[in-house]
Amino acid sequence: MSLLQIVLRSLRQHLLSTLITSFSIALASGLLMSVWVVKEQARRNFTEVDSGFDGVFGARGSKLQLVLNSIFHLEASPGNLTWEQYELIAKDKRRVKTAVPIAVGDNYRGYRLVGVTKNLFDVEYQVGKKFEVQAGGYVFRSDKKQAVVGSFVAERLGMSIGDKFHPYHGLVFDEKEKHAEIYVVSGIMKPTNTPADRVIWIPIKGLQNMSGHSVDTSSDVSAVLVKLQGNTHGMMMNQEYNAQGDVMTFAWPIAQIVAQLFNKIAPVEMILRCVAVLVAFVAAGSILASIYNSMNERRRDIAILRALGARRRTVFGVLILEATGIATLGALAGFVVYFVIMSAASWYVRSETGIVLDPFEPQWVMVWAPLAMQCLGALVGVVPAAKAYGTDVAENLIPNA
Amino acid sequence: MKIGHLKTILSVLLLSINNLKKSFVASDGSTQKVVDVASFSMAAGQQIALSGTSGSGKTTLLNLIAGILQPDEGQIELSGRSMSGSGEAVRDRLRAQMVGYIFQTFNLLQGYTCLENVLLGMSFGGALDENRAVDLLEHVGLGQRLDYYPRQLSTGQQQRVAVARALANSPKLVLADEPTGNLDPKNAAEALSLIRQTCQEHGAALLLVSHDKAVLDQFEEVRDLSDINQAIGKVGVE
Repeated sequence: MSLLQIVLRSLRQHLLSTLITSFSIALASGLLMSVWVVKEQARRNFTEVDSGFDGVFGARGSKLQLVLNSIFHLEASPGNLTWEQYELIAKDKRRVKTAVPIAVGDNYRGYRLVGVTKNLFDVEYQVGKKFEVQAGGYVFRSDKKQAVVGSFVAERLGMSIGDKFHPYHGLVFDEKEKHAEIYVVSGIMKPTNTPADRVIWIPIKGLQNMSGHSVDTSSDVSAVLVKLQGNTHGMMMNQEYNAQGDVMTFAWPIAQIVAQLFNKIAPVEMILRCVAVLVAFVAAGSILASIYNSMNERRRDIAILRALGARRRTVFGVLILEATGIATLGALAGFVVYFVIMSAASWYVRSETGIVLDPFEPQWVMVWAPLAMQCLGALVGVVPAAKAYGTDVAENLIPNA
Repeated sequence: MKIGHLKTILSVLLLSINNLKKSFVASDGSTQKVVDVASFSMAAGQQIALSGTSGSGKTTLLNLIAGILQPDEGQIELSGRSMSGSGEAVRDRLRAQMVGYIFQTFNLLQGYTCLENVLLGMSFGGALDENRAVDLLEHVGLGQRLDYYPRQLSTGQQQRVAVARALANSPKLVLADEPTGNLDPKNAAEALSLIRQTCQEHGAALLLVSHDKAVLDQFEEVRDLSDINQAIGKVGVE
């Protein structure tokens, strides 16, 4: 029998401990890959989000809050701009290619209503791709109580064209805060895999004039999303509005501002990574414990193999290969664990932010993590292998020696 | 003419032991001599039974011949190749190629089927030959039990597997250590007959140690271990 066959027989003989130990390796490997991929993809997909805009104007305050509120539809608005301020920005055609005002403050069953002008639907959020409604629907009319529902919201709430609904006041759903107005779904947005999928778009005037909203702020906007004529203008406007001005905040470039968020949570990411690596070491330790604990019962088998002519290095190799085999089984099963974790994470992140994580996107961690688990397995196998190497043949050929 | 005669003798001589000594350190730190054999030899194909009581050093002697243990002094040669003067790796290879070992407790690997146990017997000394392994098991009457595990067999059947395994590597010498010690009289007689017959058919010499008179009576050539091993009766502190 070849060395490999001997190893396979041994794994079969200790099937239960092989499976349990492999499972712990699978959990560790899957966790390791998931933590790495979520971190990498989340950072990239958030910072390179396909919003279709270069920057955001808003009330004086935090740039990060402004971006989170207007691009990712998270967080509260830092304050309002007047309609005149929006018009000032929109008229700056030399520097501003497109300006889209938005207003927030209402929700429907927890999903935000975002008041917006129809020119949102002229913006390319990716090269060659615009926000579009699915067949059978149309973009709301600005003077009607109509809504375009993001694809994710439509899917989750089961909304379809022609459905009617009452908006609710505030960003958090509260049944007691129902507005009197009734909106009709005029269209369902085609999926964009961006945060735009998880909001309900209505005419900006509709949100500004919603019953119960203050008349004084009925022409205010929460933010103005802008696409610039060029990057140099961004630098100039950054200087003009943020360094020299004190009326508005200009959040630009969006990627850099989001990156600041990830830089702030970098220590948490590092802790998560360390925990994942520690779990990998603990799992490797389980291989060691599993094989080492069975060495008493294995000693006789090893002595028999030696009596049949197996060399010390052969039994050493069997133990190393066995440990590596368990790690390999675990590493392979780790991909199943990875896909389970990633599917759950992807669903959760998408439902909370609209950002899509792709479990099937190739990542280097999918190569090095399983290899690292195999190396760790081989490494911890050295301990029982050394014990096997030193087994006294004559002494252990006798039962219960 | 003298050289030709010497070559003939050498070609017939299978096992040669000279001035073999082996001692162990006891738990109290004293050294106990267990084996002290001045001279012993076997010819190819010969079958010898060694009679010896428990603790007479017979297992140690077999382990020395098999190269499992290294002697303190003396020479062991198998077919002209030194077992005692070689390093462990060479002894392992010689054992794998030239020696078959049958144990009192069979020492079958419980996680392996009958066929796999026999295949193991030829795994470390040469090429695997599954047909030969099947033939051997058929020869010992277990052709219908190839995929059975040892625990699924009777003790008599387990010893038959052990016999087939001992012959798997086409050994020149089969060592049998109390091979019938765990069997009832009927199975013991059958096993012994099988071991002797199979060794004869495969051209292997047989060196069997036992304290069972019924076993020893089956052999034409029986030696008393106390006549060979000078350490018997003199065990003590050196």
